Amino acid sequence: MSTYVITVATFIAIQAIVAYGLNIIVGYAGQISLGHAAFFGIGAYSAAVLSTKAGLSFWSALPLVLLICGIFGALLGLPSLRVREDFLAITTIGINFIVEAVFLYVPFFGGAMGLGGIPKVVFFGMRLKGGGLLALCLVCLALVILLCRWFTKSWAGLACRAVAADESAASSSGISPVRFKLLAFVLGTVIAGLGGSLYAHRMGFITPADFAFPVSTMILSIIVLGGMGTLWGPLLGAVILGALPEIFRPIADYRMLLYGALLLLMVRFQPGGLLGDASVLRSILARMKGGGGRDR
Amino acid sequence: MTGDGAILSVRGLSKRFGGLQAVDRVSFDLMRGEILGLLGPNGAGKTTCFNMISGVHRPTEGTIHFDGRRTDGLEPHRMAELGVGRTFQIVRPFASMTVAENVMTALGRSNYRGIHPLFRRWDTKPCRDGAMELLERVGLTSYAARNAGQLPLGDHRRLEIARALALAPKLLLLDESFSGLRHEEVARMEGLIRSLSDSGISILLIEHNMKVAMSLSQRVVVLDHGRKLAEGSPEAVAADPEVIEAYLGKGGIVDAAGGV
Repeated sequence: MSTYVITVATFIAIQAIVAYGLNIIVGYAGQISLGHAAFFGIGAYSAAVLSTKAGLSFWSALPLVLLICGIFGALLGLPSLRVREDFLAITTIGINFIVEAVFLYVPFFGGAMGLGGIPKVVFFGMRLKGGGLLALCLVCLALVILLCRWFTKSWAGLACRAVAADESAASSSGISPVRFKLLAFVLGTVIAGLGGSLYAHRMGFITPADFAFPVSTMILSIIVLGGMGTLWGPLLGAVILGALPEIFRPIADYRMLLYGALLLLMVRFQPGGLLGDASVLRSILARMKGGGGRDR
Repeated sequence: MTGDGAILSVRGLSKRFGGLQAVDRVSFDLMRGEILGLLGPNGAGKTTCFNMISGVHRPTEGTIHFDGRRTDGLEPHRMAELGVGRTFQIVRPFASMTVAENVMTALGRSNYRGIHPLFRRWDTKPCRDGAMELLERVGLTSYAARNAGQLPLGDHRRLEIARALALAPKLLLLDESFSGLRHEEVARMEGLIRSLSDSGISILLIEHNMKVAMSLSQRVVVLDHGRKLAEGSPEAVAADPEVIEAYLGKGGIVDAAGGV
Protein backbone atom coordinates (compact mmCIF):
# COMPACT_ATOMS: atom_id res chain seq x y z
CA MET A 1 0.00 0.00 0.00
CA SER A 2 1.25 3.45 -0.81
CA THR A 3 1.76 5.97 1.98
CA TYR A 4 -1.07 7.99 0.50
CA VAL A 5 -3.59 5.18 0.73
CA ILE A 6 -2.45 4.38 4.25
CA THR A 7 -2.88 8.02 5.28
CA VAL A 8 -6.40 8.20 3.86
CA ALA A 9 -7.36 4.86 5.38
CA THR A 10 -6.06 5.93 8.80
CA PHE A 11 -8.17 9.08 8.75
CA ILE A 12 -11.20 7.10 7.63
CA ALA A 13 -10.70 4.66 10.51
CA ILE A 14 -10.37 7.50 13.04
CA GLN A 15 -13.45 9.26 11.69
CA ALA A 16 -15.36 6.00 11.78
CA ILE A 17 -14.44 5.53 15.45
CA VAL A 18 -15.68 9.03 16.30
CA ALA A 19 -18.82 8.42 14.23
CA TYR A 20 -19.55 5.20 16.15
CA GLY A 21 -19.48 7.29 19.32
CA LEU A 22 -22.01 9.71 17.87
CA ASN A 23 -24.11 6.81 16.62
CA ILE A 24 -24.65 5.66 20.20
CA ILE A 25 -25.92 9.11 21.18
CA VAL A 26 -27.96 9.95 18.08
CA GLY A 27 -28.71 6.56 16.56
CA TYR A 28 -29.33 4.45 19.64
CA ALA A 29 -30.52 6.93 22.25
CA GLY A 30 -32.15 9.36 19.80
CA GLN A 31 -30.48 12.46 21.25
CA ILE A 32 -29.33 14.82 18.54
CA SER A 33 -25.80 16.13 19.03
CA LEU A 34 -24.22 18.71 16.76
CA GLY A 35 -21.20 19.16 18.97
CA HIS A 36 -19.51 15.79 18.83
CA ALA A 37 -16.23 17.30 17.55
CA ALA A 38 -15.89 18.98 20.95
CA PHE A 39 -15.34 15.58 22.57
CA PHE A 40 -13.12 14.44 19.72
CA GLY A 41 -11.12 17.58 20.53
CA ILE A 42 -11.15 17.03 24.29
CA GLY A 43 -9.72 13.55 23.64
CA ALA A 44 -7.05 14.88 21.29
CA TYR A 45 -6.03 17.76 23.56
CA SER A 46 -5.97 15.53 26.66
CA ALA A 47 -3.71 13.09 24.83
CA ALA A 48 -1.52 15.92 23.57
CA VAL A 49 -1.17 17.58 26.97
CA LEU A 50 -0.57 14.31 28.80
CA SER A 51 2.11 13.21 26.34
CA THR A 52 3.91 16.50 25.77
CA LYS A 53 3.59 18.17 29.18
CA ALA A 54 3.28 15.19 31.53
CA GLY A 55 5.50 12.89 29.50
CA LEU A 56 3.08 9.97 29.45
CA SER A 57 3.07 7.45 26.60
CA PHE A 58 0.03 6.90 24.39
CA TRP A 59 -0.80 3.76 26.35
CA SER A 60 -0.46 5.12 29.87
CA ALA A 61 -2.31 8.30 28.90
CA LEU A 62 -5.18 6.48 27.17
CA PRO A 63 -7.16 5.47 30.29
CA LEU A 64 -6.83 9.02 31.58
CA VAL A 65 -7.90 10.45 28.24
CA LEU A 66 -10.99 8.25 28.19
CA LEU A 67 -11.75 9.16 31.80
CA ILE A 68 -11.41 12.89 31.09
CA CYS A 69 -13.73 12.56 28.08
CA GLY A 70 -16.24 10.60 30.13
CA ILE A 71 -16.20 13.22 32.89
CA PHE A 72 -16.66 16.07 30.41
CA GLY A 73 -19.34 14.07 28.64
CA ALA A 74 -21.22 13.70 31.93
CA LEU A 75 -20.69 17.32 32.99
CA LEU A 76 -21.79 18.78 29.66
CA GLY A 77 -24.37 16.08 28.95
CA LEU A 78 -26.33 16.36 32.19
CA PRO A 79 -27.54 19.93 31.65
CA SER A 80 -27.83 19.52 27.86
CA LEU A 81 -29.97 16.40 27.99
CA ARG A 82 -32.61 18.23 30.01
CA VAL A 83 -33.68 19.93 26.80
CA ARG A 84 -34.96 18.12 23.73
CA GLU A 85 -34.72 18.09 19.98
CA ASP A 86 -34.10 21.56 18.47
CA PHE A 87 -32.95 22.94 21.80
CA LEU A 88 -30.59 20.05 22.32
CA ALA A 89 -29.19 20.61 18.82
CA ILE A 90 -28.51 24.27 19.61
CA THR A 91 -27.08 23.49 23.05
CA THR A 92 -24.65 20.96 21.60
CA ILE A 93 -23.57 23.43 18.90
CA GLY A 94 -22.88 25.83 21.76
CA ILE A 95 -20.75 23.22 23.53
CA ASN A 96 -18.72 22.80 20.35
CA PHE A 97 -18.02 26.53 20.06
CA ILE A 98 -17.18 26.92 23.74
CA VAL A 99 -14.75 24.00 23.75
CA GLU A 100 -13.11 25.25 20.58
CA ALA A 101 -12.83 28.73 22.12
CA VAL A 102 -11.16 27.32 25.24
CA PHE A 103 -8.51 25.60 23.08
CA LEU A 104 -8.11 28.79 21.10
CA TYR A 105 -7.85 31.34 23.89
CA VAL A 106 -6.29 29.52 26.84
CA PRO A 107 -2.52 29.86 26.36
CA PHE A 108 -1.94 26.48 28.04
CA PHE A 109 -3.45 24.83 24.95
CA GLY A 110 -1.21 26.71 22.52
CA GLY A 111 -3.87 29.03 21.10
CA ALA A 112 -4.38 29.17 17.36
CA MET A 113 -0.93 27.68 16.82
CA GLY A 114 -2.09 24.51 18.50
CA LEU A 115 -0.02 21.91 20.31
CA GLY A 116 2.88 20.24 18.58
CA GLY A 117 5.54 17.64 19.29
CA ILE A 118 3.08 14.91 20.18
CA PRO A 119 5.14 11.70 20.09
CA LYS A 120 4.33 8.71 17.91
CA VAL A 121 2.68 5.69 19.48
CA VAL A 122 5.31 3.21 20.68
CA PHE A 123 4.31 -0.44 20.61
CA PHE A 124 6.81 -2.90 22.13
CA GLY A 125 9.65 -0.51 21.42
CA MET A 126 8.47 0.07 17.86
CA ARG A 127 7.41 3.58 16.82
CA LEU A 128 4.16 3.18 14.92
CA LYS A 129 3.99 5.06 11.65
CA GLY A 130 2.06 4.47 8.47
CA GLY A 131 0.94 0.86 8.31
CA GLY A 132 1.59 0.23 12.00
CA LEU A 133 -0.60 3.09 13.11
CA LEU A 134 -3.26 2.14 10.59
CA ALA A 135 -3.29 -1.35 12.11
CA LEU A 136 -3.69 0.17 15.58
CA CYS A 137 -6.58 2.35 14.36
CA LEU A 138 -8.27 -0.62 12.72
CA VAL A 139 -7.93 -2.69 15.89
CA CYS A 140 -9.46 0.16 17.89
CA LEU A 141 -12.23 0.48 15.31
CA ALA A 142 -12.97 -3.25 15.51
CA LEU A 143 -13.11 -3.04 19.31
CA VAL A 144 -15.49 -0.08 19.10
CA ILE A 145 -17.77 -1.97 16.69
CA LEU A 146 -17.76 -4.96 19.04
CA LEU A 147 -18.59 -2.63 21.93
CA CYS A 148 -21.52 -1.19 19.96
CA ARG A 149 -22.75 -4.66 19.12
CA TRP A 150 -22.51 -5.62 22.78
CA PHE A 151 -24.36 -2.45 23.73
CA THR A 152 -27.32 -3.10 21.42
CA LYS A 153 -27.71 -6.56 22.91
CA SER A 154 -27.64 -5.32 26.50
CA TRP A 155 -30.60 -4.09 28.52
CA ALA A 156 -28.97 -0.67 28.45
CA GLY A 157 -29.14 -0.71 24.66
CA LEU A 158 -32.80 -1.70 24.70
CA ALA A 159 -33.51 1.01 27.26
CA CYS A 160 -31.86 3.57 24.98
CA ARG A 161 -33.95 2.42 22.03
CA ALA A 162 -37.06 2.77 24.16
CA VAL A 163 -36.06 6.28 25.23
CA ALA A 164 -35.38 7.19 21.60
CA ALA A 165 -38.77 5.84 20.54
CA ASP A 166 -40.84 7.46 23.29
CA GLU A 167 -39.50 8.97 26.47
CA SER A 168 -42.80 9.00 28.36
CA ALA A 169 -43.60 5.41 27.50
CA ALA A 170 -40.05 4.40 28.41
CA SER A 171 -40.26 6.00 31.83
CA SER A 172 -43.61 4.40 32.56
CA SER A 173 -41.98 1.08 31.64
CA GLY A 174 -39.44 1.46 34.43
CA ILE A 175 -36.66 3.16 32.46
CA SER A 176 -35.11 6.37 33.74
CA PRO A 177 -34.66 8.50 30.60
CA VAL A 178 -32.06 10.78 32.22
CA ARG A 179 -29.95 7.83 33.28
CA PHE A 180 -29.84 6.13 29.90
CA LYS A 181 -29.51 9.29 27.86
CA LEU A 182 -26.54 10.21 30.02
CA LEU A 183 -25.08 6.72 29.73
CA ALA A 184 -25.30 6.89 25.93
CA PHE A 185 -23.83 10.39 25.94
CA VAL A 186 -20.88 9.40 28.14
CA LEU A 187 -20.22 6.24 26.16
CA GLY A 188 -20.34 8.23 22.93
CA THR A 189 -17.97 10.90 24.22
CA VAL A 190 -15.51 8.31 25.56
CA ILE A 191 -15.38 6.70 22.11
CA ALA A 192 -14.87 10.14 20.56
CA GLY A 193 -12.00 10.59 23.02
CA LEU A 194 -10.37 7.39 21.78
CA GLY A 195 -10.60 8.75 18.24
CA GLY A 196 -9.15 12.04 19.44
CA SER A 197 -6.19 10.37 21.09
CA LEU A 198 -5.38 8.37 17.94
CA TYR A 199 -5.74 11.54 15.87
CA ALA A 200 -3.36 13.53 18.09
CA HIS A 201 -0.67 10.88 17.98
CA ARG A 202 -1.12 10.36 14.24
CA MET A 203 -0.83 14.08 13.46
CA GLY A 204 1.80 14.98 16.04
CA PHE A 205 0.34 18.47 15.91
CA ILE A 206 -3.21 19.66 16.55
CA THR A 207 -5.02 22.99 16.34
CA PRO A 208 -8.46 24.10 17.59
CA ALA A 209 -9.75 24.26 14.00
CA ASP A 210 -9.40 20.46 13.75
CA PHE A 211 -12.34 20.18 16.16
CA ALA A 212 -14.52 23.04 14.99
CA PHE A 213 -18.25 22.91 14.26
CA PRO A 214 -17.88 21.78 10.61
CA VAL A 215 -16.17 18.63 11.89
CA SER A 216 -19.28 17.89 13.97
CA THR A 217 -21.44 18.30 10.87
CA MET A 218 -19.17 15.96 8.98
CA ILE A 219 -19.39 13.28 11.68
CA LEU A 220 -23.17 13.64 11.71
CA SER A 221 -23.19 13.37 7.90
CA ILE A 222 -21.29 10.10 8.19
CA ILE A 223 -23.95 8.45 10.32
CA VAL A 224 -26.89 9.98 8.46
CA LEU A 225 -25.41 8.72 5.20
CA GLY A 226 -24.51 5.28 6.49
CA GLY A 227 -27.61 4.72 8.57
CA MET A 228 -28.28 6.02 12.07
CA GLY A 229 -28.62 3.37 14.69
CA THR A 230 -27.24 0.62 12.44
CA LEU A 231 -24.14 -1.38 13.25
CA TRP A 232 -22.31 -0.93 9.94
CA GLY A 233 -23.72 2.44 8.87
CA PRO A 234 -21.03 4.61 10.50
CA LEU A 235 -18.28 2.54 8.87
CA LEU A 236 -19.90 2.72 5.43
CA GLY A 237 -20.54 6.44 5.83
CA ALA A 238 -16.97 7.11 6.94
CA VAL A 239 -15.53 5.16 4.01
CA ILE A 240 -17.72 6.96 1.48
CA LEU A 241 -17.28 10.44 2.92
CA GLY A 242 -13.57 9.85 3.53
CA ALA A 243 -12.83 8.42 0.11
CA LEU A 244 -15.02 10.66 -2.05
CA PRO A 245 -13.02 13.88 -1.63
CA GLU A 246 -9.87 11.92 -2.42
CA ILE A 247 -11.34 10.36 -5.53
CA PHE A 248 -12.78 13.67 -6.67
CA ARG A 249 -9.82 15.83 -5.70
CA PRO A 250 -11.15 18.82 -7.67
CA ILE A 251 -14.26 19.05 -5.50
CA ALA A 252 -12.32 18.91 -2.24
CA ASP A 253 -12.96 22.63 -1.79
CA TYR A 254 -16.66 22.01 -1.97
CA ARG A 255 -16.73 19.46 0.82
CA MET A 256 -19.25 21.34 2.92
CA LEU A 257 -21.48 21.84 -0.09
CA LEU A 258 -21.24 18.15 -0.81
CA TYR A 259 -22.13 17.23 2.77
CA GLY A 260 -25.05 19.64 2.76
CA ALA A 261 -26.44 18.30 -0.50
CA LEU A 262 -25.85 14.72 0.61
CA LEU A 263 -27.67 15.28 3.90
CA LEU A 264 -30.64 16.82 2.12
CA LEU A 265 -30.81 14.02 -0.44
CA MET A 266 -30.55 11.35 2.25
CA VAL A 267 -33.22 12.93 4.41
CA ARG A 268 -35.48 13.27 1.38
CA PHE A 269 -34.99 9.88 -0.23
CA GLN A 270 -33.38 7.55 2.32
CA PRO A 271 -34.19 8.94 5.75
CA GLY A 272 -32.91 5.80 7.46
CA GLY A 273 -29.51 6.04 5.76
CA LEU A 274 -27.90 3.66 3.27
CA LEU A 275 -28.16 0.76 5.71
CA GLY A 276 -31.33 1.86 7.48
CA ASP A 277 -34.61 -0.03 7.52
CA ALA A 278 -36.38 -0.05 4.16
CA SER A 279 -33.36 1.43 2.36
CA VAL A 280 -32.60 0.54 -1.25
CA LEU A 281 -29.25 -1.01 -0.33
CA ARG A 282 -30.84 -3.12 2.40
CA SER A 283 -33.46 -4.52 0.05
CA ILE A 284 -30.80 -5.30 -2.58
CA LEU A 285 -28.71 -7.09 0.05
CA ALA A 286 -31.78 -8.98 1.25
CA ARG A 287 -32.59 -10.00 -2.33
CA MET A 288 -29.03 -11.22 -2.88
CA LYS A 289 -29.25 -13.24 0.30
CA GLY A 290 -32.62 -14.61 -0.77
CA GLY A 291 -31.25 -15.49 -4.24
CA GLY A 292 -28.26 -17.27 -2.69
CA GLY A 293 -30.66 -19.30 -0.57
CA ARG A 294 -32.57 -20.46 -3.62
CA ASP A 295 -29.38 -21.57 -5.40
CA ARG A 296 -28.49 -23.83 -2.53
CA MET B 1 -64.00 -8.34 45.39
CA THR B 2 -62.21 -9.03 48.62
CA GLY B 3 -61.11 -5.67 49.90
CA ASP B 4 -58.37 -5.60 52.50
CA GLY B 5 -57.72 -1.89 52.65
CA ALA B 6 -56.78 0.67 50.10
CA ILE B 7 -53.92 0.10 47.65
CA LEU B 8 -54.04 3.74 46.59
CA SER B 9 -54.93 6.67 48.82
CA VAL B 10 -55.11 10.16 47.42
CA ARG B 11 -55.55 13.01 49.90
CA GLY B 12 -56.10 16.68 49.14
CA LEU B 13 -54.40 16.32 45.78
CA SER B 14 -53.95 19.62 43.92
CA LYS B 15 -52.13 20.66 40.80
CA ARG B 16 -51.75 24.19 39.54
CA PHE B 17 -50.35 25.01 36.11
CA GLY B 18 -49.61 28.72 36.32
CA GLY B 19 -53.01 30.32 36.81
CA LEU B 20 -54.95 27.15 36.05
CA GLN B 21 -56.10 25.02 38.96
CA ALA B 22 -56.23 21.70 37.08
CA VAL B 23 -56.91 19.55 40.14
CA ASP B 24 -58.29 20.99 43.35
CA ARG B 25 -58.05 19.07 46.65
CA VAL B 26 -59.19 15.71 45.36
CA SER B 27 -59.29 12.76 47.77
CA PHE B 28 -60.26 9.16 47.13
CA ASP B 29 -59.24 5.60 47.91
CA LEU B 30 -58.86 2.66 45.59
CA MET B 31 -59.41 -0.65 47.36
CA ARG B 32 -57.35 -3.74 46.58
CA GLY B 33 -58.81 -5.63 43.65
CA GLU B 34 -61.29 -2.89 42.86
CA ILE B 35 -62.10 -1.28 39.53
CA LEU B 36 -62.56 2.42 40.16
CA GLY B 37 -63.79 4.70 37.40
CA LEU B 38 -62.53 8.28 37.24
CA LEU B 39 -65.10 10.22 35.27
CA GLY B 40 -65.72 13.77 34.32
CA PRO B 41 -66.11 16.05 31.33
CA ASN B 42 -63.15 17.20 29.24
CA GLY B 43 -60.76 19.32 31.25
CA ALA B 44 -62.05 18.02 34.56
CA GLY B 45 -58.52 17.04 35.63
CA LYS B 46 -58.72 13.27 35.16
CA THR B 47 -55.53 12.87 33.18
CA THR B 48 -53.72 15.33 35.47
CA CYS B 49 -54.73 13.10 38.39
CA PHE B 50 -53.36 10.11 36.49
CA ASN B 51 -50.15 11.90 35.77
CA MET B 52 -49.66 12.73 39.42
CA ILE B 53 -50.36 9.17 40.51
CA SER B 54 -47.98 7.75 37.89
CA GLY B 55 -45.29 10.29 38.72
CA VAL B 56 -45.31 12.42 35.57
CA HIS B 57 -46.37 15.51 37.53
CA ARG B 58 -45.43 16.41 41.07
CA PRO B 59 -48.55 17.50 42.99
CA THR B 60 -48.67 21.15 44.07
CA GLU B 61 -50.30 19.97 47.28
CA GLY B 62 -51.60 16.79 48.78
CA THR B 63 -50.31 13.27 49.27
CA ILE B 64 -50.44 9.97 47.44
CA HIS B 65 -49.93 6.66 49.20
CA PHE B 66 -49.48 3.55 47.11
CA ASP B 67 -49.22 0.09 48.61
CA GLY B 68 -48.37 1.43 52.05
CA ARG B 69 -45.78 4.04 51.12
CA ARG B 70 -45.89 7.67 50.22
CA THR B 71 -45.20 8.09 46.53
CA ASP B 72 -46.08 11.65 45.52
CA GLY B 73 -43.13 13.22 43.73
CA LEU B 74 -41.53 9.90 42.75
CA GLU B 75 -40.54 9.73 39.09
CA PRO B 76 -42.54 7.60 36.62
CA HIS B 77 -39.88 4.90 36.35
CA ARG B 78 -39.84 4.53 40.14
CA MET B 79 -43.62 4.14 40.13
CA ALA B 80 -43.29 1.52 37.42
CA GLU B 81 -40.77 -0.38 39.55
CA LEU B 82 -43.12 -0.19 42.52
CA GLY B 83 -45.87 -1.79 40.46
CA VAL B 84 -47.90 0.91 38.78
CA GLY B 85 -48.58 0.17 35.13
CA ARG B 86 -50.27 2.68 32.88
CA THR B 87 -51.55 3.22 29.39
CA PHE B 88 -51.85 6.50 27.52
CA GLN B 89 -54.88 8.29 26.14
CA ILE B 90 -52.90 9.02 22.98
CA VAL B 91 -51.17 5.68 22.43
CA ARG B 92 -47.41 5.62 22.82
CA PRO B 93 -46.00 2.37 21.47
CA PHE B 94 -42.25 2.11 20.81
CA ALA B 95 -42.94 2.43 17.11
CA SER B 96 -39.46 1.44 15.97
CA MET B 97 -39.63 -1.90 17.79
CA THR B 98 -41.57 -5.08 17.18
CA VAL B 99 -44.64 -5.82 19.25
CA ALA B 100 -42.73 -8.43 21.26
CA GLU B 101 -39.80 -6.07 21.86
CA ASN B 102 -42.23 -3.47 23.23
CA VAL B 103 -43.30 -5.93 25.91
CA MET B 104 -39.77 -7.19 26.53
CA THR B 105 -38.64 -3.63 27.23
CA ALA B 106 -41.03 -3.42 30.17
CA LEU B 107 -40.19 -6.97 31.26
CA GLY B 108 -36.69 -5.69 31.93
CA ARG B 109 -37.82 -3.39 34.74
CA SER B 110 -35.53 -5.09 37.27
CA ASN B 111 -32.55 -4.80 34.91
CA TYR B 112 -32.41 -1.04 34.61
CA ARG B 113 -30.62 -0.21 37.86
CA GLY B 114 -26.96 -0.29 38.86
CA ILE B 115 -24.47 -1.41 36.23
CA HIS B 116 -26.36 -4.61 35.34
CA PRO B 117 -27.99 -3.18 32.23
CA LEU B 118 -24.63 -2.99 30.48
CA PHE B 119 -23.74 -6.60 31.11
CA ARG B 120 -26.95 -8.52 30.68
CA ARG B 121 -28.52 -9.44 27.39
CA TRP B 122 -32.17 -8.75 26.84
CA ASP B 123 -32.93 -11.07 23.95
CA THR B 124 -33.10 -14.29 25.96
CA LYS B 125 -35.53 -17.17 25.81
CA PRO B 126 -37.17 -16.52 29.18
CA CYS B 127 -37.74 -12.91 28.20
CA ARG B 128 -39.16 -13.85 24.79
CA ASP B 129 -41.41 -16.46 26.40
CA GLY B 130 -42.55 -13.96 29.00
CA ALA B 131 -43.48 -11.49 26.29
CA MET B 132 -45.38 -14.13 24.31
CA GLU B 133 -47.32 -15.10 27.42
CA LEU B 134 -48.43 -11.51 27.93
CA LEU B 135 -49.26 -11.06 24.25
CA GLU B 136 -51.39 -14.15 24.46
CA ARG B 137 -53.22 -12.66 27.39
CA VAL B 138 -54.19 -9.61 25.36
CA GLY B 139 -54.63 -11.53 22.12
CA LEU B 140 -51.72 -10.17 20.10
CA THR B 141 -49.51 -13.25 19.62
CA SER B 142 -49.97 -13.29 15.87
CA TYR B 143 -48.51 -9.78 15.64
CA ALA B 144 -45.48 -10.46 17.87
CA ALA B 145 -42.92 -9.98 15.10
CA ARG B 146 -44.78 -7.08 13.47
CA ASN B 147 -43.46 -3.55 13.73
CA ALA B 148 -45.43 -1.91 16.53
CA GLY B 149 -45.88 1.33 14.61
CA GLN B 150 -47.97 -0.45 11.98
CA LEU B 151 -50.71 -1.78 14.25
CA PRO B 152 -54.24 -0.37 14.16
CA LEU B 153 -55.40 1.68 17.16
CA GLY B 154 -57.29 -1.09 18.93
CA ASP B 155 -54.21 -3.30 18.87
CA HIS B 156 -52.06 -0.42 20.10
CA ARG B 157 -54.33 -0.11 23.12
CA ARG B 158 -53.99 -3.80 23.87
CA LEU B 159 -50.23 -3.65 23.29
CA GLU B 160 -50.00 -0.86 25.86
CA ILE B 161 -51.87 -3.04 28.32
CA ALA B 162 -49.49 -5.95 27.64
CA ARG B 163 -46.56 -3.61 28.18
CA ALA B 164 -48.06 -2.37 31.44
CA LEU B 165 -48.70 -5.97 32.54
CA ALA B 166 -45.03 -6.75 31.93
CA LEU B 167 -44.32 -4.65 35.02
CA ALA B 168 -46.29 -7.20 37.07
CA PRO B 169 -48.39 -4.28 38.30
CA LYS B 170 -50.42 -4.16 41.47
CA LEU B 171 -52.23 -1.16 40.10
CA LEU B 172 -53.13 -0.51 36.50
CA LEU B 173 -54.01 2.99 35.30
CA LEU B 174 -56.03 2.86 32.10
CA ASP B 175 -56.45 6.17 30.32
CA GLU B 176 -59.42 5.93 27.94
CA SER B 177 -58.69 2.42 26.74
CA PHE B 178 -61.98 2.38 24.86
CA SER B 179 -61.74 5.59 22.89
CA GLY B 180 -61.60 5.09 19.16
CA LEU B 181 -62.37 1.38 19.34
CA ARG B 182 -64.84 -0.34 17.04
CA HIS B 183 -67.92 -1.94 18.57
CA GLU B 184 -66.53 -5.50 18.62
CA GLU B 185 -63.23 -4.25 20.00
CA VAL B 186 -65.05 -2.58 22.89
CA ALA B 187 -66.56 -5.87 24.01
CA ARG B 188 -63.19 -7.57 23.75
CA MET B 189 -61.48 -4.84 25.77
CA GLU B 190 -64.19 -5.04 28.42
CA GLY B 191 -63.58 -8.77 28.74
CA LEU B 192 -59.83 -8.21 28.98
CA ILE B 193 -60.16 -5.62 31.75
CA ARG B 194 -62.52 -7.88 33.70
CA SER B 195 -60.07 -10.77 33.42
CA LEU B 196 -57.23 -8.54 34.67
CA SER B 197 -59.36 -7.50 37.61
CA ASP B 198 -60.18 -11.14 38.32
CA SER B 199 -56.47 -11.92 38.43
CA GLY B 200 -56.19 -9.52 41.36
CA ILE B 201 -54.91 -6.33 39.74
CA SER B 202 -56.47 -3.14 41.07
CA ILE B 203 -57.61 -0.88 38.27
CA LEU B 204 -58.17 2.84 38.02
CA LEU B 205 -59.73 3.81 34.72
CA ILE B 206 -60.49 7.08 33.06
CA GLU B 207 -63.35 6.67 30.67
CA HIS B 208 -65.43 8.77 28.39
CA ASN B 209 -67.62 5.93 27.23
CA MET B 210 -70.26 6.12 29.97
CA LYS B 211 -71.90 2.81 29.26
CA VAL B 212 -68.63 0.91 29.56
CA ALA B 213 -67.43 2.90 32.54
CA MET B 214 -70.65 2.35 34.45
CA SER B 215 -70.75 -1.36 33.73
CA LEU B 216 -67.05 -2.04 34.49
CA SER B 217 -66.53 0.10 37.58
CA GLN B 218 -67.50 -1.05 41.04
CA ARG B 219 -67.29 2.55 42.19
CA VAL B 220 -66.83 5.82 40.39
CA VAL B 221 -65.36 9.20 41.28
CA VAL B 222 -66.66 12.15 39.28
CA LEU B 223 -64.47 15.21 38.78
CA ASP B 224 -65.55 18.57 37.43
CA HIS B 225 -63.31 21.63 37.06
CA GLY B 226 -60.66 19.82 39.09
CA ARG B 227 -62.95 19.16 42.07
CA LYS B 228 -64.46 15.93 43.23
CA LEU B 229 -68.16 16.18 42.56
CA ALA B 230 -69.40 12.77 43.58
CA GLU B 231 -68.24 9.33 44.62
CA GLY B 232 -70.11 6.08 44.94
CA SER B 233 -71.67 3.21 43.07
CA PRO B 234 -72.29 3.81 39.36
CA GLU B 235 -76.05 3.74 39.90
CA ALA B 236 -75.98 6.25 42.74
CA VAL B 237 -73.66 8.59 40.87
CA ALA B 238 -75.66 8.39 37.66
CA ALA B 239 -78.75 9.38 39.63
CA ASP B 240 -77.03 12.25 41.43
CA PRO B 241 -78.71 15.47 40.20
CA GLU B 242 -75.50 17.45 40.62
CA VAL B 243 -73.60 15.00 38.40
CA ILE B 244 -76.31 15.04 35.78
CA GLU B 245 -76.28 18.81 35.86
CA ALA B 246 -72.52 19.30 35.67
CA TYR B 247 -71.32 16.37 33.69
CA LEU B 248 -74.11 14.81 31.73
CA GLY B 249 -75.83 18.11 30.99
CA LYS B 250 -79.55 18.52 30.49
CA GLY B 251 -79.72 15.73 27.93
CA GLY B 252 -78.98 12.93 30.38
CA ILE B 253 -76.86 9.84 30.28
CA VAL B 254 -77.80 8.52 26.83
CA ASP B 255 -76.89 11.73 25.04
CA ALA B 256 -73.64 12.06 26.93
CA ALA B 257 -72.61 8.54 26.02
CA GLY B 258 -73.56 9.00 22.42
CA GLY B 259 -71.99 12.40 22.12
CA VAL B 260 -68.43 11.29 22.81
